Amino acid sequence: MAGATVTVTDKTFDTDVLMSDKAVLVDFWAEWCGPCRQIAPALEQIADENGETLTVAKLNIDQNPEITTRYGVLSIPTLHVFKGGEIVKTIVGAKPKAALLRELAEYV
Amino acid sequence: MSDVRNVIIIGSGPTGYTAAVYAARADLKPLVFEGAVTAGGALMNTTEVENFPGWPDGIMGPDLMDNMRKQAERFGAELIPDDVVAVDLTGDVKTVTDGAGTVHQAHAVILATGSAYRKLNLPNEDALSGRGVSWCATCDGFFFRDQDIAVVGGGDSAIEEATFLSRFARSVTVIHRRDELRASKAMQHRAFADEKISFAWNSEVAEIVGDGKLAGVKLRDTATGELRDLAVTGLFIAVGHDPRTELLQGQIELDDEGYIKVDAPTTHTNLTGVFAAGDVVDHTYRQAITAAGTGCAAALDAERYLASLADGTGA
Repeated sequence: MAGATVTVTDKTFDTDVLMSDKAVLVDFWAEWCGPCRQIAPALEQIADENGETLTVAKLNIDQNPEITTRYGVLSIPTLHVFKGGEIVKTIVGAKPKAALLRELAEYV
Repeated sequence: MSDVRNVIIIGSGPTGYTAAVYAARADLKPLVFEGAVTAGGALMNTTEVENFPGWPDGIMGPDLMDNMRKQAERFGAELIPDDVVAVDLTGDVKTVTDGAGTVHQAHAVILATGSAYRKLNLPNEDALSGRGVSWCATCDGFFFRDQDIAVVGGGDSAIEEATFLSRFARSVTVIHRRDELRASKAMQHRAFADEKISFAWNSEVAEIVGDGKLAGVKLRDTATGELRDLAVTGLFIAVGHDPRTELLQGQIELDDEGYIKVDAPTTHTNLTGVFAAGDVVDHTYRQAITAAGTGCAAALDAERYLASLADGTGA
């Protein structure tokens, strides 16, 4: 999907997420997950509006089992925020954009 | 403040979208608040819908909703993927405030806000959410391949989830307070025939156990009060729904359980120009097709009401 979000994979995750200078929000999602579809437009907007401080990355859990397992994701959508290679924030489940922004206040 | 519209529809799902299709085709130019994360409603969390007439091979819940949404859009419904934060439905002109604080006005409002998952209200339930506790089998079943898991509940949703989860899990225990299921016969047969599914009858969850990750549950026997442990790594909660009527408290007549009262078989509420349909009204049927049917009725009722305003005869 084109837009302000980027796609990361098992191969690119360490470089694109863990070594990033910016905070990176990783959306663990799948095609067959209804709530993931529901949350997608809000994430696109957040990416578009906060590009200078936050990268919003999408990781398809079907295609990238390694990273999904590494971070013990058991529910989607799960949003992990990484900074300096560490998880600094986790949001589980679909939430309205305003609620997401409240939780992400430190990073946007 | 914007112009006064004909009709605002609050809620999506089969009810809101069907009301939108009918209202749009009646040239009422409806404004639809789909909800910020609830667009598409409860069917967005389902897989195959096998009982929606016209789809002989079934259709995925989210696809059915996408189709209805497109159909409403095609006839000119204006769809807004945002929440409503306040309403005033008591006057001749109704006001609806959206998440950005904009106030919209309309002569008629259709309430199709549906229902929300009910929680068990146990300590640990929120803490372990996403760490083994889930409300969405279709989202999370995938993660419990070859594991022992449990589903709480005895209705259609619980049994549908159990059957879906048995594709992945090693075992699925259905925890139910009674000794028989409320689910439809077709679903019961499927569940009873499934070797991976077993039943903990007359049992309720007394405690959710786990530190950082779900380890199991303590079950209480509803007859004897006896406690026993069940080791599971996944717990799917499907104990029913509550109508989404928080916004409407004090304005509109609700029944004891919080559902909107309507003058059945119409969709008229006790407030003139306010109509309600779908799961926010329906205790009984709660199907995609009944929700769609009452959404259609609400649009027709609203259309008649608007016509009566226009020709000065009143409601």
